[in-house]
Amino acid sequence: MAEAAGVAAESLVGGRARAACTVLNQVVLPGEELLLPEQEDAEGPGGTGERLRLNAGARPRVRVVCGPGLRRCGDRLLVTKCGRLRHKEPGGSGGGVYWVDSQQKRYVPVKGDHVIGIVTAKSGDIFKVDVGGSEPASLSYLAFEGATKRNRPNVQVGDLVYGQFVVANKDMEPEMVCIDSCGRANGMGVIGQDGLLFKVTLGLIRKLLAPDCEIIQEVGKLYPLEIVFGMNGRIWVKAKTVQQTLILANILEACEHMTADQRKQIFSRLAES
Amino acid sequence: MKETPLSNCERRFLLRAIEEKKRLDGRQTYDYRNIKISFGTDYGCCIVELGKTRVLGQVSCELVSPKLNRATEGILFFNLELSQMAAPAFEPGRQSDLLVKLNRLLERCLRNSKCIDTESLCVVAGEKVWQIRVDLHLLNHDGNIIDAASIAAIVALCHFRRPDVSVQGDEVTLYAPEERDPVPLSIHHMPICVSFAFFQQGTYLLVDPNEREERVMDGLLVIAMNKHREICTIQSSGGIMLLKDQVLRCSKIAGVKVAEITELIQKALDNDQKVRKEGGKFGFAESIANQRITAFKMEKAPVDTSDVEERAEEIIAEAEPPSEVVSKPVLWTPGTAQIGEGVENSWGDLEDSEPEDEDEGGSDEAIILDSIKMGTGLEVSNTGSQDAPIVLSDSEEEEMIILEPDKNPKKIRTQTISAKPEKASSKKPVKKRKKKRAAN
Repeated sequence: MAEAAGVAAESLVGGRARAACTVLNQVVLPGEELLLPEQEDAEGPGGTGERLRLNAGARPRVRVVCGPGLRRCGDRLLVTKCGRLRHKEPGGSGGGVYWVDSQQKRYVPVKGDHVIGIVTAKSGDIFKVDVGGSEPASLSYLAFEGATKRNRPNVQVGDLVYGQFVVANKDMEPEMVCIDSCGRANGMGVIGQDGLLFKVTLGLIRKLLAPDCEIIQEVGKLYPLEIVFGMNGRIWVKAKTVQQTLILANILEACEHMTADQRKQIFSRLAES
Repeated sequence: MKETPLSNCERRFLLRAIEEKKRLDGRQTYDYRNIKISFGTDYGCCIVELGKTRVLGQVSCELVSPKLNRATEGILFFNLELSQMAAPAFEPGRQSDLLVKLNRLLERCLRNSKCIDTESLCVVAGEKVWQIRVDLHLLNHDGNIIDAASIAAIVALCHFRRPDVSVQGDEVTLYAPEERDPVPLSIHHMPICVSFAFFQQGTYLLVDPNEREERVMDGLLVIAMNKHREICTIQSSGGIMLLKDQVLRCSKIAGVKVAEITELIQKALDNDQKVRKEGGKFGFAESIANQRITAFKMEKAPVDTSDVEERAEEIIAEAEPPSEVVSKPVLWTPGTAQIGEGVENSWGDLEDSEPEDEDEGGSDEAIILDSIKMGTGLEVSNTGSQDAPIVLSDSEEEEMIILEPDKNPKKIRTQTISAKPEKASSKKPVKKRKKKRAAN
């Protein structure tokens, strides 16, 4: 532990790269360079970093996936966002996935993300959908469950759709669908006419969608509700009455800056009333 | 970027909620959002927060020649800017309809209500008057810009102090803040806008609509009023038919709201005045609560501290020596200190400074000498060893201040940084005197 702390301190003083495993779950800043575990072994803790390696090719290569907020820079990881560094252990062999958990409001479309969009226009055989990105996404009218050329889905301008991205490239119009690869809706499609849509930060959405998130279970105990989370920071919620819907929306928004104890207090107070 | 469209379900939900007398943020029908007023370090600068809507107000003044038809009246100028920072839908550099509407409403509210005594801004009739410029910047948009902007404008005007001027015969003297305290503007009353949003053709009414409520409203009624319940401006937009009773009821509500807001403004101004007088801390930085953003604590990791000292020594030995700049804090007045050769404090105690006219001949020479001395000082410090500290700021700066009490801090910088400062320093005082004579 002292060794690691020393390495971290030294790298900060000398401006050298830190080892990725020592800063896990710590805050990293844009511009910082991180060493991957196997490089660290080769150079040793506090190594020169710029030493020529004769057996570079001989080392077994380890596959590491760069998640959001990280970029490959030579044989290191370059941090591009401010946030906490996260790591996921690999299932099989390899180095697993590294990413930065950052806090932002602007959504950038990512292939495979499930999002809530607002239909802004119908033009020919596609719908234009606003997802909060820099450009509206396109959604084909055939990309709904059971839709054929004859049987068009009933979608009006201003409706909410829940779908996922199949194309999301830089400089290209993103494309959404409301069916999975088997042609099933699988929960996607047009969202009902009632309920409330509101926006939260992208970090909160990720927190709420985490598999071990307690907030959703606690909210579920409060009132019966329908809820949809879009990775683009939009939440649609519907409860029996307007009052309950408003309470749920405000609680979910407030959850971002509450500790677990504060949250439990508020939930118990609400359950009493 | 385009504005995010409003979905059908949001619209429907909002209208249903309004019918049930509920609002998104839990307010009642006639409730305002929280208003927070904070002041900058300079006079005439404030930020007004109305919920999440934020407006920055800044007042500045300038001596100009008056308009031909109003020879004895000062000029008031208002400008509201909607930057992209407030909302991505605002386009920079374009006069949108909303912006034109807001600017005109502001002018009508503040200029046409004659809340500022423009005659007191006259220096020499027909030749020199003060032009007061109020710049308002929207920093964040969450609805009801006009109320926030009108509060910010009047608060900034109340907070503003203009330099004192004296006229003796046909000689006009402009005093620096060190010589004579700046004077506040004379303000007759404080007009404040109150917005009412109407829904369902005027069936439902809400005070202080937020951004989403503004999007679903049918019509808007803005009433500008002062605390004496005098209506300064009234404007209805959106094309709804309002009954006489409705307008009267709105004006009654506006009266109550304006009284509350005026009291709040007065309290904020008094508080700021008190803090300034006592020499306490003020400014935007002080108004931000510390440790508020990060509610979460990081878990403490167990750290072995057995050989920390050795390691620390190693690190220190390896690390480069610290930079050569030696900072020596100089205490100017209680509450303000200066480190190094940064910006000069403009509120320094200069009671012992001589009046300017006496050293008219000598000042230029003295400055040249001074700057040469500075130049050599710089050279020494640059060529000298690493340990030699740059201490040119302390004593010499003080000398310079005595010679020339009201020079701006920028000049000090140019003198210390540039290699040939004689020109700049010898030119400036002459220029200034010219300006003064131009006023006569």
